[in-house]
Amino acid sequence: MGPRIVGFCCSYCGYASADLAGRQGRTYSPGVMIVRLPCSGRIDVLHILQAFRKGADAVFVVGCLEDNCNFVNGNFEAKKRVQEVKDILDALGLGAGRVEMFNVASNQGWRFPRIVEEMTARVEKLGPNPLGVIADDNR
Amino acid sequence: MKSGSGIERLFERGRFVVTGEIGPPMSSDHAPVRENARFLKGYADAFNLTDNQTAIVRMSSLASSVICMEEGVEPIMQMTCRDRNRIAMQSDLLGASALGVRNLLCISGDHQVFGNQPESKNVYDLDSIQQLMVFSRMRDEAKVWGEAELVEGPKVFLGAAANPFADPFEFRVTRLAKKVKAGADFIQTQAIFDMARFERWMAEVRSRGLDQEVHIMAGLVPLKSVGAARYMKNKVSGMIVPDEIIARMKAAENPKEEGLSICVEQIEHLLTMEGIHGVHIMPVAWERKLPEIVERAGLLPRPTP
Amino acid sequence: MIIGEQKPFKEIVRNLEGHETILVAGCRSCVAICLAGGEKEVGVLAESLRIHSDLNDLGWEVGEATVERQCEKEWVRELAPLVEEVDCVLSMACGVGAQIVQEMFPDTRVIPGLNTSNMGAPEEQGIWSEKCGGCGDCVLHLTGGICPMARCAKNLLNGPCGGSQDGMCEIDPETPCAWDQIFQSLKRLGRLDLMEENIPPKDWTPSRNGGPRTIVKSSAVLTEKEKRAREGLD
Repeated sequence: MGPRIVGFCCSYCGYASADLAGRQGRTYSPGVMIVRLPCSGRIDVLHILQAFRKGADAVFVVGCLEDNCNFVNGNFEAKKRVQEVKDILDALGLGAGRVEMFNVASNQGWRFPRIVEEMTARVEKLGPNPLGVIADDNR
Repeated sequence: MKSGSGIERLFERGRFVVTGEIGPPMSSDHAPVRENARFLKGYADAFNLTDNQTAIVRMSSLASSVICMEEGVEPIMQMTCRDRNRIAMQSDLLGASALGVRNLLCISGDHQVFGNQPESKNVYDLDSIQQLMVFSRMRDEAKVWGEAELVEGPKVFLGAAANPFADPFEFRVTRLAKKVKAGADFIQTQAIFDMARFERWMAEVRSRGLDQEVHIMAGLVPLKSVGAARYMKNKVSGMIVPDEIIARMKAAENPKEEGLSICVEQIEHLLTMEGIHGVHIMPVAWERKLPEIVERAGLLPRPTP
Repeated sequence: MIIGEQKPFKEIVRNLEGHETILVAGCRSCVAICLAGGEKEVGVLAESLRIHSDLNDLGWEVGEATVERQCEKEWVRELAPLVEEVDCVLSMACGVGAQIVQEMFPDTRVIPGLNTSNMGAPEEQGIWSEKCGGCGDCVLHLTGGICPMARCAKNLLNGPCGGSQDGMCEIDPETPCAWDQIFQSLKRLGRLDLMEENIPPKDWTPSRNGGPRTIVKSSAVLTEKEKRAREGLD
C-alpha cells in the first residue's frame, strides 16, 4: 500500500500534471490521496494539520511554476503557509520534512511520480505518522 | 569660582587644559586605581573616571574618584543617566562633593545592550541635558529638583560631552548650545579623526559665540593598530574615522608609533585652533601611553592650578 | 493597537501541564490584526494542540471560541457555557483580555498564549512597530509627531545622543534614531525652534512608574440606582 500521502494539487498545473502522468501510463504509490484545489493558494495551514491529525504520513502541495500561477501569486502564498506548517511540525516533533511545496508545469507529467517518490523516501527516513490510521472517525 | 577645582582655576586663567582618563577596574581591589593614578600623576591636569563605560560593570566612578584624590590626582567623576534616577543622582552628587570631588561630567551613557548586563532595566529618568539643569540648580540655588532646600549645595564644575561626528550634523551645534544653557561649564568632545568635520563644527561654534560661554576640550584617542581604527570606524556609533587615517595606519611600518604620531600632530594642530581650551586624551587600552603623548606634544610640565 | 506575538508552542504546552480540558479563546480585535490570536490563529493552534495530545496520549479535549473583544466583560460573558466545561482557558488575547477572562471566571485557570509586547501599528503586512510609550503626558506636538518615550532607546527628551549616526540608533543599525526622525519632521514642519528649548525633567507620575492607572470619566459613570435599573432589578 505504501505510506499515506495527501497531495493538495492546484487545478491548473498540479492536478493537470498528475492527470497527464496517468494518461502517460506512469505509475506511483497507491497510498497517495489527491485533493484538487482551484489554486494552491487556497491551501490553509489548518487543512494540512488536519491531514496529519487524521494520520497522513506526509503531505505535499503542488502549484504552478513561480511567476506562472494562474492567479498570479497563489503559489507564493502556498509556499509561505507550507513553511508555517514546517515550523509547527518541528515544534510537534513530527519533523518538518513531512510537508513540502512543489511547483510544476501542467505538461510535466513525468514530475508527479517523482514528487511521490521524494515524499515516500522522506517517510521512510522519518518513519510513519505515530498517530496511525486515517479511518478513526473519532478524530 | 563654582567649585574651585584645579581645571576650573586653569580655565579661568586662560591656560590650555589637558585631561586624561582612567578606566576603573572590574574589581573591588583599589590597588589598580592607585597604581594608575600614581603612574599618571603630573601628566595631565585631571583624569576622567568613567562610569560603567559601555555598560560593563566596573568599580564606581565615585569610589575611583576618591581613590585618585587620595593619591593627589584630580578626578573628573562621570555620571551616566542610564543607571540612576534623579534621586540617586542628586544623592551621589552630594556625596561626591562631600568627599571632595569637584568635577562631574554628565552624559547619557551607552545603552545597556552593549555591556555585560544587557538584560537589565535601564533608568534614563533624566537625559544629560536635564541632568545638567538639575545639578546646576543644586549648586547655584542649593535646591534639589522641585524646590526642597539643601542645607549646603554641592561645589561642582559641570562637564558635558559633545559629538561633532554624530548626526544630524546641522543640529549638533544647537545641541551644544542647549547643554550650555542647561549649565555645562566645560565640554569634552568625542574623539577626533575627521579633523575637517571638526573644523566645520568649530567654525559654527565660534560664529554662535559658544566658545566664549563654555570651555571646549577636543577629545583624542591614540590609535594602536589599523584594526583598532577599523573597529572604531565600523562598530562604534557616532565615530568617524576617515579613510586617509586607515590608510596611514595600514601603511605604517610601526603602527603604534604611527598612531602616536597622528595623535601628537592632532594636538599640535588643536593648540592653534581658536576656541579650543584644552585636549581630553583617552588612550583606550593604552592608558600608560599618556605621559609619552603629552611630552611629545610639548604639553609638559603641567602648571600648578 | 496592542501588538503581541504567540508564545512558542513548546512553552504553551509546558504551561498547560496538568490540564486536560482546554478552551482556546481568541479575540477579533488587536491580536487578530497582528495575526497572533484571532479566530484563524486559534484554529491552527487548537489543531496543533490536538495533534500534540494524540501524539503523546494526553487525552486532551481542546475547544475553540473567539469573541469580539476579550477586554470587555459583556463579550467575555458569552464564553460562560464553554468555560464551564473546561478546566482551563488558553487565552490568545493580549494580557488585558487574559486578565478579564480570569476576572470573569475566577474558578477556572487562565493561561496566556501570547506575549503582549507594545502599542504600535503595522508598517506593512506582517511587520508591526512600537509607536506609543503610554507615558500619560503626550508631547507629540513638540516632537514632530514622533514619540521619544517609545521610539528612543533611551527615552531622551532632549536628543539625539552622541550615538546617532546616519539616522540610526546606536543599539542596532536597523533601528531608526527617533530623534533624527524628530529633527527631520520638525524641519519639514518649519518648527526647528521647538528643538532649541530644553525640555525639563519629566514628571513620570502619570506613567506606569506612578503605579497602575485608572482613568475615570465621571459623566459616564453610573450610580448604583442606574446600574440596578439597567439590570432590571428595580
